[in-house]
Amino acid sequence: MSAAAPRAVVELDRVSRTYPSGTRALDSVSLTVAEGELVTLLGPSGCGKSTLLGIAAALQPPSSGAVRWWGEGPGRIGTAGHRLAMVFQSATLMPWLRVASNVRLPLDLAGIERGAGDRAARAALARVGLAGFEASYPRELSGGMQMRASIARALVTEPDLLLMDEPFGALDEITRARLDADLLALWAGRGAGQRLTVVFVTHSVYEAVYLSQRVVVMSARPGRLAGEVAIDEPYPRTDDFRVSQRFASHARALQQLLARATEAAAR
Amino acid sequence: MSATRRGERVLRVAAPLGVALLVLAAWHALVVAYDLPRYIVPSPLVVAQTLAADWELLARSLAVTLKITLAAFALAVLAGTLVAFLFSQSRWLEMSLFPYAVILQVTPIVAVAPLIIIWVRDTQLALVLCALIVAVFPVISNTTLGLRSVDPGLLSLMRMYKASRWQVLWRLRVPSAAPYFFAGLRISSGLALIGAVVAEFVAGTGAAGAGLAYQILQAGLQLNVPRLFAALAVLTLTGVALFAAMVWLSNAVLGGWHESMVSARSEE
Repeated sequence: MSAAAPRAVVELDRVSRTYPSGTRALDSVSLTVAEGELVTLLGPSGCGKSTLLGIAAALQPPSSGAVRWWGEGPGRIGTAGHRLAMVFQSATLMPWLRVASNVRLPLDLAGIERGAGDRAARAALARVGLAGFEASYPRELSGGMQMRASIARALVTEPDLLLMDEPFGALDEITRARLDADLLALWAGRGAGQRLTVVFVTHSVYEAVYLSQRVVVMSARPGRLAGEVAIDEPYPRTDDFRVSQRFASHARALQQLLARATEAAAR
Repeated sequence: MSATRRGERVLRVAAPLGVALLVLAAWHALVVAYDLPRYIVPSPLVVAQTLAADWELLARSLAVTLKITLAAFALAVLAGTLVAFLFSQSRWLEMSLFPYAVILQVTPIVAVAPLIIIWVRDTQLALVLCALIVAVFPVISNTTLGLRSVDPGLLSLMRMYKASRWQVLWRLRVPSAAPYFFAGLRISSGLALIGAVVAEFVAGTGAAGAGLAYQILQAGLQLNVPRLFAALAVLTLTGVALFAAMVWLSNAVLGGWHESMVSARSEE
């Protein structure tokens, strides 16, 4: 890498993960995500994408191999300029809390004063298009809106690294397309000075092409890296891009890579 | 939609009430038709008259039984919740002690009550203890289950934001456990009453400490069947009132999120 290359936000070095049951979820995976990147992990279910993300979130340790965040150990996470947030497969909102309180939760846990927390929560909700829903309960929102609230909760800490584990997988196609577009707007809207790094897990080839600068393809059992495809397309990406020739050719390349990986794994 | 809702609510009260009226009418009709003597089956009218005539006596007894029931229930909630918290904090503790909670629960209170009454000199206290033994288990088991039944996603979330053990307990486990806790209260309140009555039966306390069980026992011995029925009616209504109070409490606390959450889940 040249000296001008953006610094690494998270680096996985030959990371393996074997569960106590003996299942090998990950086998010697190495991956580096640079500052400001939007990288997608694409693979069939059971390929260890979520495990990989869990390790990147420091929620579980690797069985072997090393992980570094901003060049250091997990102690770095959470300090200024090194904040990490994660969006899970389901919205994971607390049903007994109003939306604003749900969004404020990370700040509450960090002991931030209530008034400041409320202001930050309101701002985060506005960023995801949920202004006016502060006092609602999660059950009063649609699935897509619940996911937005979940994203607002991740954004409220002003993260530098955002990990997203198939966040829109349970939503309908139309809602998913909208949230994908909104995510890109959020990612781009951070400005050149302080750039948001996003690692996005999906099993949708189309979502991967639409969102990413770079798609990392994984194969299953045990989870391995099968290859990488750069989606060298300009942002902002429009709805027209979704139905363009170039989109189709990227999708075809990914599908071929996936198919080869699945074949190799079956052999 | 609100019209059908209201209709449903009316039906929810009217339907069981209708059943009660039907049963009472049939009961009365049968007693009259077969000319049954009141010392075998009194008609509901006679029971009602007895209830009015003996109200002072029955009310005094009810107060005694209710005092024991409520004391035992309160202790069961306190002790049960405390034990559940300890269990939820340590698997090890739960594994070692939970079987004994089960033993306490499955041993018939009628068999244990005589011992307790011998050992504990104060009769009132002995009765409360008996009722407590019956009532405490649902609080322990439900609350323990509830404190453990936490959405794993929310648990990961709490870990990610480096929540302390206390924050996890207070902000996540306690609210998650609330529905289970209140379900435990509903069962426990009824069991406290049953425990109190059973213990009174065994103790056979008369005079000033005479509870409803004693009145039933005495009425049975004296073949005062109308009073037996009246005492039984008071007991049953007390049980229903306790249950209703628990339902109300549970709705008042959880109403905002839990009931609706359940219906939203079942729609999926």
